[in-house]
Amino acid sequence: MNFLQVLGHTTLKSLAKLGRASLFFYSIMTVLPYVFMRPKLLIKQIFSVGVLSFWLIIISGLFVGMVIGLQGVYTLSTYGAEASLGIMVAASLVRELGPVVSALLFAGRAGSALTAEIGLMKTTEQLSGMEMMAIDPIKYIIAPRFLAGFISLPLLALLFSSLGILGGHITGVELLHVDAGSYWTQMQSAIDFYDDIVNGIIKSIIFAWIISWIALFEGYDALPTSAGISRATTRTVVNSAFAILFFDLLLTAIMFGST
Amino acid sequence: MISIRNLTFSRGERKIFDNISLDIMPHKITAIMGPSGAGKTTLLKLIGGQLSPDSGVIMVDGKNIHQLSRPQLYTLRKKMGMLFQSGALLSDMSVFDNIAFPIREHTQLPESLIRTVVLLKLNAVGLRGARDLMPSELSGGMARRVAMARAIALDPEMIMYDEPFTGQDPISLGVLVSLIATLNKTLHLTSIIVSHDVQETASIADYIYVLSHGKIAGQGTPKELADSDSEWVQQFMHGKADGPVPFHYPSDSLTADLFTY
Repeated sequence: MNFLQVLGHTTLKSLAKLGRASLFFYSIMTVLPYVFMRPKLLIKQIFSVGVLSFWLIIISGLFVGMVIGLQGVYTLSTYGAEASLGIMVAASLVRELGPVVSALLFAGRAGSALTAEIGLMKTTEQLSGMEMMAIDPIKYIIAPRFLAGFISLPLLALLFSSLGILGGHITGVELLHVDAGSYWTQMQSAIDFYDDIVNGIIKSIIFAWIISWIALFEGYDALPTSAGISRATTRTVVNSAFAILFFDLLLTAIMFGST
Repeated sequence: MISIRNLTFSRGERKIFDNISLDIMPHKITAIMGPSGAGKTTLLKLIGGQLSPDSGVIMVDGKNIHQLSRPQLYTLRKKMGMLFQSGALLSDMSVFDNIAFPIREHTQLPESLIRTVVLLKLNAVGLRGARDLMPSELSGGMARRVAMARAIALDPEMIMYDEPFTGQDPISLGVLVSLIATLNKTLHLTSIIVSHDVQETASIADYIYVLSHGKIAGQGTPKELADSDSEWVQQFMHGKADGPVPFHYPSDSLTADLFTY
C-alpha cells in the first residue's frame, strides 16, 4: 500500500510538472515574435549564452578532435587504412560528437547559468515585481533567453566540429604523418552535405530546444530558496544530459537507421 | 477602492484566510498587521491578482480582479504600485534604468521626457544623486527607496508596501515612514502597508486591520486598537512577551519533561 502511495504520488507530481512545463513552453511560443521586435534583448542574451561559451567549445572541440586523430591513426593503421582518417574524424564529429558533446557542454555552462539566473530572479521577487508592473516576464526575460539558446547552440556545434577536424589534422597529419591530401580529399568525398552536416545541425537545433526549455523551466519552477536553486541547477544539467542522449539515439535511428 | 468579501484561501491543508471581509478606503493609509505567517504578504498577492482565492471576491477599483482577462489585469496593474520586501530591483539595470523601465515599456514618451520623469521620481525619494548606481551598490534602505520611486513611476492610484520597515536602521526607518506618509498625501494615493512593526505603522496609518489565525482579530484607528479590549490585540500592539500567544511552544510541563526520562 505504502509503495503504491509513493508510486501514485510520484506519478501525479511528475505529470503535474510536465503539465506546467508544457504550459510554460506554450507561453514562450505565444510571445516569441515579440523578441524579434526587441533585437537588443536578443543580442544581449546571445552574448551571455553563446559568446561566453565560445572558448569552452573551441578548446573542447580542438582536444576531442586531436584525441580522435590519435585513436583513429592507431586503429586504422592496423588495417593499413590510415588514409581514411579524415572520414573517421569528420563523420564522428559532424554526425555525433559535434552536436552531442557541444550540447552537453552547453547544458553545463549556459543551461546551469540560465537556471540559476532565473531562479535567483524568482527568489529576489524580480519576476513578481515585473508582473506587478504589468510587464510579462515570459516576454521580457524568458523568451529572449530561449531564442538565444536556440540560435547559439547549432552555431557552437558547427564550431566544435570544425575545430575538431582541425584537431584531427594536427595529431593525424602533423604529428603522425598521415597524408594531408588523403585526409582532406577523402573527407570531402565521403561526407555528404545533407546526410551528415544538415542532419548534425538538425540534431543540435533539437538539443538547443531541449536544453533551453529545461533550463528556463527549472529556474522558473524552482523553490525560491538557495537550496531550491541549487537543486534546480543540478536537475537542469542531469535532465538535459539524459534528454540529449535519449534524443540522440532516437534521431540517429531515424536519420541513419534505414541505411 | 478595494473591497474584500468572504475571502478564503488555503495553502495545502493550512487555511491562511477563513472567510474574511475588509475594505481599503481611497486616499487613506490602511495597515494590515499581524504576526509572521499570518498571511499578510499573501493578501497583497491576492489583491494584485498574483494568487487566486479559494472563494470570495476581491474588488479593486470596481472590478473583480480574479475575473479579469490577462490584458485587463495588466491594465489594472498599471494603476497599482507595489513595493516588495526585497525591493525587487532588476539587478542588471542601474537605478535610473530600473525606474525608467516601466515608463519605457508602457508609454511612448521620448527619452528626454523619460529622463525628466525619472529624475523627479528619484528626487522625491532623495536619491537623484544615486541614479547611476547599480542595485548591488545600494544599502537596504536605499534599495527600498528606489523601489518606491519605481512603484510611483507610472503615477499609480494605489500602492502596496510589503514589510517596508523590516531590517532597517533607525535613520532609514524614519526616512521610509516619512516618505510613505508624504507620498500618500501629495499624490493622493491609496496606500496599503503590510507590516508587523507596530510603532512605525501605527504612526502613519489611518486604519489598521490585525490578522491572526486566518481571521481579523481587530480593526480600527491606531488609537482604537491601542485601547482595544481584546487581550490578543493588546499583546500584539504592545509587544508583550506572554499573553494569549504563550511564550512557550505547547509542551508537557518542565518537571514532567526533566524527571520522566
